[in-house]
Amino acid sequence: MATRQTQSLAKIMRAPAIILLLIWMIVPLGMTLYYSFLNYNLLNPTQTSWAGWFNYQYFYTDPAFWDSIWNTLILVLGVLCITVVGGILIALLIDKPIFGQGIVRILVISPFFVMPPVAALIWKNMIMHPSYGVFADVAQFLGMAPVDWFAQYPLFSIILIVAWQWLPFATLILLTALQSLDGEQMEAAEMDGASALSRFIYLTLPHMSRAITVVILIQTIFLLSIYAEILVTTNGGPGNASTNLTYLIYRAARLNFDIGGAAAGGIIAVVLANIVAIFLMRAVGKNLD
Amino acid sequence: MARAVSTQTKIGWTIAAWVVALLIFFPILYTVITSFKTEQEAIAGFDLIPSFTLQSYGEVQTQNDYIRPFTNSVIIAVGSTILALIVAIPAAWAMAFAPTKQTKNILMWMLSTKMMPAVAVLVPIYLIFLNTGLMDTRIGLVIILMLMNLPIVVWMLYTYFREIPGEILEAARMDGATLGQEIVHVLTPMAVPGIASTLLLNIILAWNEAFWTIQLTTTNAAPLSAFIASFSSPQGLFWAKLSAASTMAIAPILIMGWFSQKQLVRGLTFGAVK
Repeated sequence: MATRQTQSLAKIMRAPAIILLLIWMIVPLGMTLYYSFLNYNLLNPTQTSWAGWFNYQYFYTDPAFWDSIWNTLILVLGVLCITVVGGILIALLIDKPIFGQGIVRILVISPFFVMPPVAALIWKNMIMHPSYGVFADVAQFLGMAPVDWFAQYPLFSIILIVAWQWLPFATLILLTALQSLDGEQMEAAEMDGASALSRFIYLTLPHMSRAITVVILIQTIFLLSIYAEILVTTNGGPGNASTNLTYLIYRAARLNFDIGGAAAGGIIAVVLANIVAIFLMRAVGKNLD
Repeated sequence: MARAVSTQTKIGWTIAAWVVALLIFFPILYTVITSFKTEQEAIAGFDLIPSFTLQSYGEVQTQNDYIRPFTNSVIIAVGSTILALIVAIPAAWAMAFAPTKQTKNILMWMLSTKMMPAVAVLVPIYLIFLNTGLMDTRIGLVIILMLMNLPIVVWMLYTYFREIPGEILEAARMDGATLGQEIVHVLTPMAVPGIASTLLLNIILAWNEAFWTIQLTTTNAAPLSAFIASFSSPQGLFWAKLSAASTMAIAPILIMGWFSQKQLVRGLTFGAVK
């Protein structure tokens, strides 16, 4: 088979995927960019006009925008802290010689497969409900007053739910990394009298560093887009207390019908996501060669 | 580590691990238990033993027509996955077996499209759907979810195909196999496990997708993720019913997930962790 023939065949085989993704990337994003410079409201579509930078200015000066940026940041960092630290600890625990390791693994990774609306509603109603939730039952048992989680600590409640969903992901990836650790090296260190803590700091942690980086970057991409969990629990409230950037844009587009404003917000979201993406691409790209 | 561990230590770690695992699994377990309770039992306080009634399951069907969102979920998840595979298999194949200088760049670019936050294109997609009559149709969601997951599908397939040794192809060629025979008899059998894993992971991702499904459907095409989200309104206070609907929504995917743990790591980290 001639190489040239193979190459042209390969080109044809690649083309559909490339063209589809090209369209998927350029057309909607181009439209978003265009709309972001328009005064365009679906309630009054005939009054559409050129807005220049107005939509961006409007977003920039709106206190809700800065609230949402702050909430997005807290949400991402909060979930990352819980899942990475928790993930390392649980991975270390599962990696120990234990009975029923397979079942323990299955139980631990299960929350990852629960779709976001279900996860959020389970936590909202069955676990954290101020009168009928399990937390309220526990509080009552301990003689304490039950807490109305979503009214008093809305952002924390959402962090808790999202962390529960992503803890399995972090655990599974860190466990995979942990299991490729060189056992002999560990034993040698142990015989040389290294304590469990120093073995963890000088051997285990450096070995897992790459996996930890990957967990942080991939989770961040997904955590920037948290939506359904907010929709079914707090609706972004009270006030803007649990509104992240994704939810703010959704509200502008779907509830205020402000196409121009939502588009400007969308462009800001792309810029934010890209900052994270650059780091992720570097980490993944290294592994290609 | 092939070291003898005292049984006492092992029991200690086992208890700790099981306590942690059961705590993490508890919300799911409690939902399943509650789905077998009556509504009165469901709000009567903490109780792990239900009356094992199927009443709530029946009500979800009779009052909410559960079969419809379930069918929609199956069609949308499976449809978008198969469509993505049809486009991705040739592409991944070409990049794995006939790589050029551009291949790495193309792959990285494909990955970069996955970084685009969905909400950034909410406005145009929503307007396109309104104007073309795709709103609240299954075919509309199939197309969106297919495009959304296409980069992951290409990537996963690529990492699997790359592991098929090229020498085997050469050997087949030396023995006089034509390109067609090569693909059917040599490559396909070696590629099937990778394709199956990709299929499984992608169905899981599409089944659980909850941004576009909520934005682009109302009743006709709503899959389970959008259907369950509608329970956040006051009718969600019927907890046994919510639990029954939730249990049925997550059970099939939970079981698939248990079987695809390893592929999950690989697929979601784009091969960066194996």
